Amino acid sequence: MRGRPNLVAEYRSDAAIFRSNVQRFWFVLLLVVVFYLALQGRPDSPLPQLGPLHLGRDWMILAVTAVFASIGAIGLNIVTGYAGQVSLGHAFFLGLGAFTAAVLGGVEEVRMVPDLATGEMVEKTLLVGYGLDMIVWLPAAGLLAALCGLIVAPIATRVRGLYLAFVTLGLVFLGTHVFKTAKGYTGGTNGRPTAEVRLWSFRFDQDGEVFGFFMTKEQKLFFLGLVLLLVLGLAAKNLARSKVGRAMAAVRDRDIAAEIMGIPLTRYKTLAFVISSFYAGIAGALLWSVITRVQPGEFNLLLSVEFIAMILIGGVATVSGSVMGACFIVFLPKVVEWLAGVPLFDLVISTGVGEGVFDIFQFERILFGLLIVLFLIFEPLGLYGIWIRIRNYWKAYPFSY
Amino acid sequence: MNEFVKALFDGLSLAAVYALIALGFVIIYKSMQVLSFAQPGLLLIGGFWVVEFSMRRDINFFLAVAIAVVFATVTGLVIERLALRPMVGKPVFAVAIMTIGIDVVLRIWALDLFGDTLQSTGDPWGIGTSTVGGIVLGHRRIAAIVVAAVLVVALLVFFRYTRIGLAMRATAFDQEVALTQGVSVARVFAVSWAIAAVLAAIAALFVNLNTGSLSPNDAAFALRALPVVVIGGLDSIGGALVAAVIVGIAEQLTSVYSPQYFDWVGAGFAQVVPYLVMFIVLLVRPYGLFGTKEVERV
Repeated sequence: MRGRPNLVAEYRSDAAIFRSNVQRFWFVLLLVVVFYLALQGRPDSPLPQLGPLHLGRDWMILAVTAVFASIGAIGLNIVTGYAGQVSLGHAFFLGLGAFTAAVLGGVEEVRMVPDLATGEMVEKTLLVGYGLDMIVWLPAAGLLAALCGLIVAPIATRVRGLYLAFVTLGLVFLGTHVFKTAKGYTGGTNGRPTAEVRLWSFRFDQDGEVFGFFMTKEQKLFFLGLVLLLVLGLAAKNLARSKVGRAMAAVRDRDIAAEIMGIPLTRYKTLAFVISSFYAGIAGALLWSVITRVQPGEFNLLLSVEFIAMILIGGVATVSGSVMGACFIVFLPKVVEWLAGVPLFDLVISTGVGEGVFDIFQFERILFGLLIVLFLIFEPLGLYGIWIRIRNYWKAYPFSY
Repeated sequence: MNEFVKALFDGLSLAAVYALIALGFVIIYKSMQVLSFAQPGLLLIGGFWVVEFSMRRDINFFLAVAIAVVFATVTGLVIERLALRPMVGKPVFAVAIMTIGIDVVLRIWALDLFGDTLQSTGDPWGIGTSTVGGIVLGHRRIAAIVVAAVLVVALLVFFRYTRIGLAMRATAFDQEVALTQGVSVARVFAVSWAIAAVLAAIAALFVNLNTGSLSPNDAAFALRALPVVVIGGLDSIGGALVAAVIVGIAEQLTSVYSPQYFDWVGAGFAQVVPYLVMFIVLLVRPYGLFGTKEVERV
């Protein structure tokens, strides 16, 4: 069906991961380009450079953040996009993942303190840490978050709409308090060092040779993230096009109608929460392992909103949209930094003291707020929707219809 | 015993502040079925105007509050016109997220105008106290209760006896029918945002009931009023008042007694008490204590 991608003749092709060979081709090409860019993403890369597309270290760090954030965004999209259950509690599950990983994969911190009774010096554990391998802490982070999702689900499935938003919001505040209070595990307000990203003896967090090719730690982490993203993204895509996904979509569109059609509401809402929390746990564990320090205060409402923004800007109920949105939000500060040097914009954004109206951080926040608002008003489908419109425009070019 | 009565009184003053913010939420919700997450931002910007006029420009405190109220009204109107009006008819959740965006912008604006430091609002209450029957009552706390009571009564009278109040009640009852009867629903939206902004600005004066100061971090206080609204039921003014009293007293009692009796919950546990109460209430009554149960048709 060349040139008519919306024509679907069979259920099989309707549910296919790639609707056409063209899509398949572009996907592979995109992967190849990303792969190549990442490979030459270090200062002394032996590979030829693609013009201005040379990625420096700072860009690679953002790219690593973006792939990991994509996993979290896909998770949120499962519960909010596919199943329609608005969750402001994503930050809590990210935090659970991050701290689980830190406890299981982090180093124990002990200090010699005088025993008050005997006066002798005794070992006191300040921070619990087991120093385990990533093969243990990564799934554990996901599973613990999923378990908490399961525990919260009974409350969450009882309420709907705005009330649900509040319940999940309450979760964030409770979570922050718990993280701050459990000092032995989380290090209290100041946080703790996180897990080492190490798979068996292979260190992702150190520069080194891989198959005879020298790679920086950012490159290694990026490829780790890319593989995980592909696996988890594919899993989400498969979930969405299976029976479970269709049931979730029915719940989203009209939960009472879905129930009448014989879809067990509680089961699918719970399932959506659990799966979403699992993704969040994984993403949280990886995101904070990369920046090597995790603090309870980071898991606040704003983080949840950032993830909501990712899926809103990217595209609700699409896997590719989640990835686009995550990349967009993660790279936004960099774009603002670049904007600060552009004429006209440099009048508004200040890079030093006393010039411009807002500093870079403030401008980024404002832009962030504005973007959410503008996307909601003008393009509810997000970047994904813009992409569809551009595609449709060029498909009929030079005619407008 | 004195400690307990004092805790009750302090809790009641806290409840008064919660009630002010919660009323703002409820009024907006009743008129346009929108949940405003912009209240923290409104609180901050409103409070900082008081700081600006009373401290920096050295105007009499009450006059400064009056000017700040005017500014808050304008802010509320502008926000409603620019950001909320285009969203009429959009999904509830989209509008809610939108108000988060507004909140971000407002907070940054406040931060930009007033910096990151603790500011005194310059109110006349200071740290003055009166002792009644062996119980120490802070003047600011008394003021909070009085101000909240006066405002609540004024609002109820406003809804009951004025033309626009009647229009607001009609809109809350049924927007479309109100529209067909010639009620200017747009004006109702505008007025409700203005009222909410003013209530938030007034509440800002009492956010720190002991010191009367204000800092950007205090914006989170308005978010603690969210559970109050939910516990009372999103669309019930009476419910919000009852819930404010419940939450205020529960929070105060926790903060007084938790170090003594259950220390393991950690410092600052009182601040998450509103959310805990909310969880419990929602488990039992999914629409809050006095909220209207949604009637669903397939």
